[in-house]
Amino acid sequence: MPGHRASNADVIRGTCHATPALRPNASRRVGDVLGRGIWRENPVLVQALGLCPALAVTNTVANSIAMATATFFVLTSSSVLVSSLRRVIPEEVRISAYVMIIATFVTVVEMVMQATMPTVHKALGAYVFLIVVNCMILSRQEAFASRQPVPAALVDAAGTGIGFFIALLMMGSVRELLGSGSLLGVPLLGQGFEPWVIMALPPGGFFTIGFLLLGLNAWKQRKGRGESHAHRAVRRWPHAVVSQTRQEVA
Amino acid sequence: MADFADLMWILLSVMVVNNFTLSYFLGLCPFFGVSGRIGTAVRMGAANIFVLLITSVAAWFLNTYLLENAPYLRLISFIVVIASTVQIVEIAFRKLAPVLFRELGIFLPLITTNCAILGLAIFQTNRAYGFLEGILFALGAGLGLTLALVLMASIRERVELSDVPALARGLALNFFIAGFLSLAFMGFAGLFST
Repeated sequence: MPGHRASNADVIRGTCHATPALRPNASRRVGDVLGRGIWRENPVLVQALGLCPALAVTNTVANSIAMATATFFVLTSSSVLVSSLRRVIPEEVRISAYVMIIATFVTVVEMVMQATMPTVHKALGAYVFLIVVNCMILSRQEAFASRQPVPAALVDAAGTGIGFFIALLMMGSVRELLGSGSLLGVPLLGQGFEPWVIMALPPGGFFTIGFLLLGLNAWKQRKGRGESHAHRAVRRWPHAVVSQTRQEVA
Repeated sequence: MADFADLMWILLSVMVVNNFTLSYFLGLCPFFGVSGRIGTAVRMGAANIFVLLITSVAAWFLNTYLLENAPYLRLISFIVVIASTVQIVEIAFRKLAPVLFRELGIFLPLITTNCAILGLAIFQTNRAYGFLEGILFALGAGLGLTLALVLMASIRERVELSDVPALARGLALNFFIAGFLSLAFMGFAGLFST
């Protein structure tokens, strides 16, 4: 069924932005790819991918860190494996192959977590398994790891993983601080603080990410205004720049 | 065998109190992606109910007959079975009910990657539901998803006509709407206190 494969792939490709090629031995490019994953195209805050874990398990900082670390491991391992197998995996079944690879690493993470950190494992519950359907991971395989050499795929996965980590940490700190007045279980806001319980509950997740996006939008808007200083110049010295402005308009 | 009241409790609790979208954050992609119009939301909900029911039966079959001695294969087999079931359903639909197939369109293949589907299979396994309990759990989850989708779509159709500050337009506003819906749904928790 080539039609279905194409539609699936198109959708996944559609969620990702154009990916600059990464050449070996070019540290500027490495920084570029890292910066894109961490900030400019942050998976959660900019691309709105991986929302399910970003909202569900960020009620405390500890849970956020555990989820982000698990996701980081799954993402980087899958990217490295997919990238090294990119000439072996047939085009028609590639999505299924990626999902199988991701599911294998998630099983590994789940078993390690259950054996070494039973309390964390219990707190995250079914959401550890649900890392498989985190569209952020699949989109990195389809958009980057499947067509780039192993080191490049590793850098890209690490950048995206760190971006996810930062987003989850932001969510977790806001929600734990307001929801229970503490950070990492250490009470910070003193006895007088009445915990804002709703922030630790599901609605708090929606509100927190809503406010984070509002803040991001406001910051972008202010930055955009700062760049348009040419317009201010026109207001101040209309005669000096009027010819140039006319050229720009034309 | 669970009695009737227990079964109804499973259905209602997953439909409103522990709504998949609004309190478990499952299926958020369609919740924000296809909630622009009420008609689309209803069709997406219907497709979801259908696939959830099939998944529930498939997961029950796997758990009962195949995975007893190999729980570590659970995740991989769930994913593979869900993906292939959806493909088979799609082929069957195209042949047997072409009108319905065209109605559901792109939604059917996309449902495979919807976390609500895998979430249902895992929750059902963790809670050790039997066949009938699983079916009602899936039905309740599907109805709950549809309810959330349709509510979201109706609110968004109204909000389109109102004067929203440019800063909040788009995803941020949708998150706030979802937050208030989630807050409202928390009220249903009182239903089962006695």
